[in-house]
Amino acid sequence: MAKQYETVIGLEVHVELATKTKIFCGCSTAFGGEPNTHTCPVCTGMPGSLPVLNKQVLEYAIGVGLATNCDITRNCKFDRKNYFYPDNPQNYQISQLYLPICRNGYVEIETEEGSKKVGIHEIHMEEDAGKLIHDEWDDCSLVDYNRSGVPLIEIVSEPDMRSEQEVIAYLEKLRLIIQYLGASDCKLQEGSMRADVNLSVREVGAKEFGTRTEMKNLNSFKAIARAIEGERARQIDLLEDGEEVIQETRRWDDTKETSYAMRSKEDAQDYRYFPDPDLVPVVVSDELLESIRAKQPEFRTEKMARYAKEYDIPAYDIEIITGSKRMADLFEETVAICGQPKKVSNWLMVETMRLLKEQDMEAEDIRFSPAHLAALIQMTEKKEINSSVAKEVFEVMFNEDVDPAAYVEEKGLKTVHDEGALRKTIEEIVAANPQSVEDYRNGKEKAIGFLVGQTMKAMKGKADPGLVNQILKELL
Amino acid sequence: MANVITDETIEYVGILAKLELSLEEKEQAKKDMASMLDYIDKLGELDTTGIEPMSHVFPVHNVFREDKITNGDDRENILQNAPEEKNGMFVVPSTF
Repeated sequence: MAKQYETVIGLEVHVELATKTKIFCGCSTAFGGEPNTHTCPVCTGMPGSLPVLNKQVLEYAIGVGLATNCDITRNCKFDRKNYFYPDNPQNYQISQLYLPICRNGYVEIETEEGSKKVGIHEIHMEEDAGKLIHDEWDDCSLVDYNRSGVPLIEIVSEPDMRSEQEVIAYLEKLRLIIQYLGASDCKLQEGSMRADVNLSVREVGAKEFGTRTEMKNLNSFKAIARAIEGERARQIDLLEDGEEVIQETRRWDDTKETSYAMRSKEDAQDYRYFPDPDLVPVVVSDELLESIRAKQPEFRTEKMARYAKEYDIPAYDIEIITGSKRMADLFEETVAICGQPKKVSNWLMVETMRLLKEQDMEAEDIRFSPAHLAALIQMTEKKEINSSVAKEVFEVMFNEDVDPAAYVEEKGLKTVHDEGALRKTIEEIVAANPQSVEDYRNGKEKAIGFLVGQTMKAMKGKADPGLVNQILKELL
Repeated sequence: MANVITDETIEYVGILAKLELSLEEKEQAKKDMASMLDYIDKLGELDTTGIEPMSHVFPVHNVFREDKITNGDDRENILQNAPEEKNGMFVVPSTF
């Protein structure tokens, strides 16, 4: 019988924090600035410049640590990780090796076999590097230091995961916690959340871990799942052929669905960490810890319980809406304006989800405001517009963030309530379609649908379908 | 001198520091490093039982900044430090 293998996976997750400024200087972290316009002597590593820690970075890191059941390191400090590479202007990255801010935590994930704890070894604070652009024309590289010094936390898990499903459940859990905290938007595609996968295989029942590889460049949940599948197969093939797995860093190429070994950043991987003498130690006082604890938001489980109590909406809706902080905020803010939780939930669950999926967007990308959604719902409730017009307006609102009331006015989409005019139109339709009228009278109920459709067309979609049906039935 | 720096060590340290040393310079560096290590070894003679490791000599901690943007666009000045620039960026030898 063929040998049975088990996959052992641990993750290193980098999360870009949602601060306004960099970790050690007052430069903006805004995305998309012209190259090097968000730089200063500190984040370009000029001699004599001095880094000063952004307090918000510390507070976010502690917030994430508390939410993931970590011990908070009360005396912590920063270390230098030394290496030469042009994206790193100081020739060292400021990070934390010896005393990371959080240690020894866990998150709970749901698996097919029930809930499971995934251990968190540590969370540390560090700075991001600059961006290198290869210039083929002049055969050189160009460096933009706008990202240099952007604050990151690195969340290092224990090797507790055994499948891609568990990895994705873990990442989704982390992402939700961090989004609820407002510490990051955690967008994989834009790189504000990045996951490196450490993977090894071993025979089922073996006590020792196999040799692991580290995989980088995974920027979607799908890529992570495919990379895990591919790497597991590659390692098992090696072992089956009597070869050894080499401990190395591999880069995943999602279009080719294969990975290849990366050349190391330098020949010798020896980072010679030592305490950064420019940064003084951080002492987390009881007061600071308590003030952060007091500011922790309502997390998903509590939110779900509250929704079940406060709003009359199905459990399934609650599950989906609280599955994204942005959705939950939109829901609550809209209900606060117009009430009608079930109606609000329907717009989010049906039309919003449909458009997000069609356009391959995440809830975080939604642009329309709660006020506009509330206005649209109120117009529908007052029967100022019918439901098909509402859907049409919603789609424009979703895509272009227009004010629905102004849009309806401008395009003349208001439902016509002039019953006389409507009745006249219907009489014309009935007269022009004797066949359908006869079919209906002979018991073909469906024939009325055609007549409703013709009426709506003649009214340019602006009639109240209920009223159309009612008048039609009278006339027939 | 109690410490001896081998040829392999000096070669390795040279790679890490990205320094190319001549034979003479290597010999001198070996001597210098050995005497530095001897000097540091003096500390080993102290009894440090029960003393917390420290990374700073001054009793200062918790120096923070508020999360406020204080720097504007200073690209022109920053790029003065670039050996060469192109399209507002630092030009460096081609890296993969």
